[in-house]
Amino acid sequence: MKPFDYVRADSPRSAVAAGGARARFIAGGTNLIDLMKLEVEAPERLVDISRLDLGGIGPAEGGGLRIGALASNADVAAAHAVRRDYPALARALLSGASGQIRNKATTGGNLLQRTRCPYFTDTSQPCNKRRPGKGCAAIGGHTRNHAILGATSHCIATHPSDMAVALRALDASVEIEGADGSRRRMTVGELYRLPGDAPDRDTTLEAGELITAVILPPPPAGAAQSYRKVRDRASYAFALVSLACVAKMEDGRIDQVALAFGGIAPVPWRDGAAEEALRGENPGPEVFEHAADILLADAERQGDNAFKIPLVRRLLKAELARATGTGDQR
Amino acid sequence: MEITLTVNGRAQALELDPRTTLLDALRDHLQLTGTKKGCDHGQCGACTILLNGRRINACLTLAAMHEADEIATIEGLAPPDDPGALQAAFLHHDGFQCGYCTPGQIVSATGMLEEARAGWPSHVSPNLEAEVALDRSEVAERMSGNLCRCAAYTGIVEAILETAEQERDVEPREAAE
Repeated sequence: MKPFDYVRADSPRSAVAAGGARARFIAGGTNLIDLMKLEVEAPERLVDISRLDLGGIGPAEGGGLRIGALASNADVAAAHAVRRDYPALARALLSGASGQIRNKATTGGNLLQRTRCPYFTDTSQPCNKRRPGKGCAAIGGHTRNHAILGATSHCIATHPSDMAVALRALDASVEIEGADGSRRRMTVGELYRLPGDAPDRDTTLEAGELITAVILPPPPAGAAQSYRKVRDRASYAFALVSLACVAKMEDGRIDQVALAFGGIAPVPWRDGAAEEALRGENPGPEVFEHAADILLADAERQGDNAFKIPLVRRLLKAELARATGTGDQR
Repeated sequence: MEITLTVNGRAQALELDPRTTLLDALRDHLQLTGTKKGCDHGQCGACTILLNGRRINACLTLAAMHEADEIATIEGLAPPDDPGALQAAFLHHDGFQCGYCTPGQIVSATGMLEEARAGWPSHVSPNLEAEVALDRSEVAERMSGNLCRCAAYTGIVEAILETAEQERDVEPREAAE
């Protein structure tokens, strides 16, 4: 691990004042310390925000839920309001990491965790996300865990979070404090950026900006929520493909639907056109197939991840059948 | 930098490089070598300790971040000549072979039983809001952050289930007294 200056922040304002391009905020540390050991991350300054009063979970203005950025993944998954009103979020959190890690990892840190692409963490390999312009060793390498949508010739890594996938389906926002003390909000969809030719930037945050909370809108009344994760092990493994589904029926037709996918793209993936193709329709296999056709129209396989294309299709069909009461009820 | 860590109820001042993980502080500076270093990346669980009563991986946090916290290690759970219920159950059910993962397993199980008592659901719980009923699949899921390379899982799960059952049998009696 490279040496760094360690400073403790006593307020969000002092944290952002101490932050910047060469600094990193540390809270749970479960991803950052690991990356610092590997020297994938080598901040000059570590700003400890773990003692800030940002761990609360409570009602948000307008009827939603406000989750402080320092609330642990375990506390969010166990919160009664989350279990009752946002079960897709509770399920996503419980499907991720281990009991030990969920106790330490925070909401803000979960959103900002880095890809688990093995070429990103292997410093002997070229990686445009780690060192821009060096090339991508994943392309043409072992690509079982890599993206089928949203990837470029610069980077094919996937976003690893389960929580962010559920938040994307639930239309959550993040609250951000800027270096000058200003506050802004954006959706989880707006937080993440596609790699393009700058895969080193995972998010649209400016250097030094601090996520202070996640805001969930009021729970979608009468909608079925689920999070289903397909992985190589039964527990403690990242998703090959995952799907957060929020769907509401009205008079036998699909009234509302949100589908967010994990494991298939550099960001938690939603496709508005695929969702639009489902809205107002009578649920059934042909309608689901049509939505899957739209979703996967631009899907591109790498060497080892071709299986993800039919897997996404099957997962979409199975979860929609379940959510709309037209198929396997498990 | 100078920091004070409170481990197993005892506060001790240490002079540490800020890079020192909590695991290395415990093992190399406080000579509490019961907590093991396995993978050093949070994958194996051998370094599990209790931080303010909750189980975490000591390898994935910095000692400097834990001045104000209560840290408990395997040495603090029970004295060597008077093993706790989980330790006795691990002996009885042969929940180990080489023993390297055992302190982490026992500390993790201690934290896990507390989580179950608090009603936390798991990935395999059919209902997020129902009472927790620990069975083999629940224990396997909740303990998936602890690996045993000797694969003594059968005994580990038996030991944890037996301890959970003993607690369940004891609690109503205590409440009646």
